[in-house]
Amino acid sequence: MKRWEREGVAELEDLNLPDEEHLKKGVAIIECIQEIPCNPCVDACPTKAISMENINALPEIDYDKCVGCGKCVEVCPGLAVFLVKVVDDFALITLPYEFLPLPEEGSIVKALNREGKEICDAAVKKVKKGKTTIVTIELPKEYAMEARNIKV
Amino acid sequence: MRIEEHPILDFKRGREIYFYYNGKKIRAYEGETIAAALHATGVKVLSKSLKLERQRGFFCGIGKCSSCLMKVDGVPNVRTCITLVKDGMVVEDNDMELPEKEYPRCKFEKMECDIAIVGGGPAGLSAAIEASQYADVLIIDENHQLGGQLIKQTHKFFGSKKQRAGTRGIEIAKILEEEARKNCRVLLNTSVIGYYDRGYHFLAAVNRVDGIIYEIKAKKIIFATGAQENMLVFEGNDLPGVYGAGGVQTLMNVYGVKPGEKGIIIGAGNVGLILAYQLLQAGMEVACIVEALPKIGGYFVHAAKVRRCGIPIYTSHSIKEAYGNGSVEGAIIAKLDENWKFIEGSEKDIKCDFICLAVGLTPAIRLIAQTGATISFINEAGGWIALHNEYMETTKEGIYVAGDLANIEEASTAMIEGRIAGLHAVHTIKQIPNFEEKIREYMEELEIFRQG
Repeated sequence: MKRWEREGVAELEDLNLPDEEHLKKGVAIIECIQEIPCNPCVDACPTKAISMENINALPEIDYDKCVGCGKCVEVCPGLAVFLVKVVDDFALITLPYEFLPLPEEGSIVKALNREGKEICDAAVKKVKKGKTTIVTIELPKEYAMEARNIKV
Repeated sequence: MRIEEHPILDFKRGREIYFYYNGKKIRAYEGETIAAALHATGVKVLSKSLKLERQRGFFCGIGKCSSCLMKVDGVPNVRTCITLVKDGMVVEDNDMELPEKEYPRCKFEKMECDIAIVGGGPAGLSAAIEASQYADVLIIDENHQLGGQLIKQTHKFFGSKKQRAGTRGIEIAKILEEEARKNCRVLLNTSVIGYYDRGYHFLAAVNRVDGIIYEIKAKKIIFATGAQENMLVFEGNDLPGVYGAGGVQTLMNVYGVKPGEKGIIIGAGNVGLILAYQLLQAGMEVACIVEALPKIGGYFVHAAKVRRCGIPIYTSHSIKEAYGNGSVEGAIIAKLDENWKFIEGSEKDIKCDFICLAVGLTPAIRLIAQTGATISFINEAGGWIALHNEYMETTKEGIYVAGDLANIEEASTAMIEGRIAGLHAVHTIKQIPNFEEKIREYMEELEIFRQG
C-alpha cells in the first residue's frame, strides 16, 4: 500500500514532475494520482496540454505545451493543481485557497507542506479573490515541491 | 454558536423572532429550524430516551432519526430538526402525552398526476425534470425546501462538463430546483405517510404545517427518499454532541450554526473527509479523522485537502468511548488489530466537544417497503433495498426507485438514475420520441461514472 492511500499525503515519486527548464517557464503540477471520474482540467486547458484517455483515467500533462496560465488550478474540483515557477533562487507557487481570512497581497504567511506542517515564511504576491481564491506566494526555491498550502 | 463569516456561503438570515423554550424567551431567525435555533443558543439536549431517560441531542438533522422530538405548541413528537421556528412558538420537553386540545377536523384534498415523485433531492428532482417534459408530475418533499442533501454541499462536484463538474452542490440544488419548478407541481413540508394499492397507485400525505391530508392518485410513483446515517456502537454514543456527519453539515452549512468548537470525525470516506474540510471553513477545529480500515476510503484529493491543513487521519483506528457530563467533552480512540479488536495500550484521549459519525448510510426503505416491492439485503448497495431493474423499476409494476434509496452512491449517479427512472416511467404511459436512444445515453453515462 502506498503512503497516500494510508495517509492522504503524496510523495514526489507519486507525481509526474517537470524538469528545470519547464519550472523556469512555470507549469501546472497536477497532484491527481487516483482514478476518479472527473475531467474539467482537460476542457479548461487552452493549449491542450492536459489529456485523459477516458473520464476515469489520470490526467497526463505535456509540460512542453503547458504555458502555466492557471486555468486548471481554478477549475479543479479536487483543488489538486498547483502552478510552480522558479525565478532565480525563488519559487512562485499558485494555489487554491478556500478559507477566511484571505491573505493580503504583500503580507507574509506561513507556507505549509502536504501534511500541514509549517516549513517556511512566504510572501504573498497575488490574491485573485473568489469563492475559491487563487493565491500566489513566493518562497525559497528548495520548497517549490513541498509548499502546498498557507496559514494566514 | 452562529457562523458570521464563511468563505463559500452567505447566510441570509430571516427576520428576528422570539420563541419560548421551556418558558424561556429565545431569539431566533425566521427560516431556521427549531433545533438549529436551540443549538445557536447552546441548547444541545432536545429529548430523553423513553425508558432510562438518557439525554438526547439530534443525530441526523434531516428528520429521520427521531432523537430531536419535542412538544411544539402543545403537539408532542414534533421533529424539531425539520420544523421551522415561528414567532411566539412554545417549545417544551416532550412528555409523550397526547394534547388536551382538540385537533381541528382534518382537511382532505384529492390530487391526481401521471408521475408522483417522493423526495426532492438530486434523484427526485432529476426524475421530475426528465418526466415533466412529457407528463404531469407532482413532487412531494417533507422538508421546507427542495434539493435534498445538495443544499449543504459546499464542495465542487467531480465529473464531466455535462454533469456540471466544478459546480458546488449548493449551486446544483438551485439549478435543479429552478428547472423542476418550471413544469412540476410541488408539495413541500409534506410527508408521505402511506402507500396503498387500490388497483391504482395511491399515496396518503400530510402537510405538517397546515394539516391538510392529500390523497394522491398516480399512474407511476418514483421513490427517491434517500438514506439515513448509520450509528456506530461505542460507549457514550448517545451523548448529546455525537452527530451524524450529515446532521452537522445541515446545521452549519444550511443554518450557519456551529455544533461546537472542536470535533473529531469517525470515518475517512468522502463524507468524513469533506466534512472535515467544511468544519475548518466554518471556523471550527478538527482534532483528527479516525478510520477503522487500513486505508482511506474517500478520494485521495479530498484527503490531501484536509491533510495539508494539518488534520491527521488515523487509519486502523476506531472510537472506543465518548465521555462528558451532559454532552461530549472528549473521546477515547484506539488502534485496531487485524481482527478489528482494540489494541490495549494504544488509546488516545482526545478533547473535543463534538463527534461526527461518517460511517455510511442506510437506504430509507420504510415507504417503499409498503408498496410490496421485493426488498432484499444487498451489502454492496448499503443494506436493505428494493430490487430494481436497469430502468430503476422495482418488482412492483409502476413503482420506481432512484438515488441513495436504490443504492448508496454519489449525488452524480443519483441524478442520472433519476433521469432514467423519470424517462422510463413516462415511456410506459405514453410514446416518447427517441426513447431508446435517450435511455441508452443515460445508461452509458451511469456506467462510465461507476467505473471510477
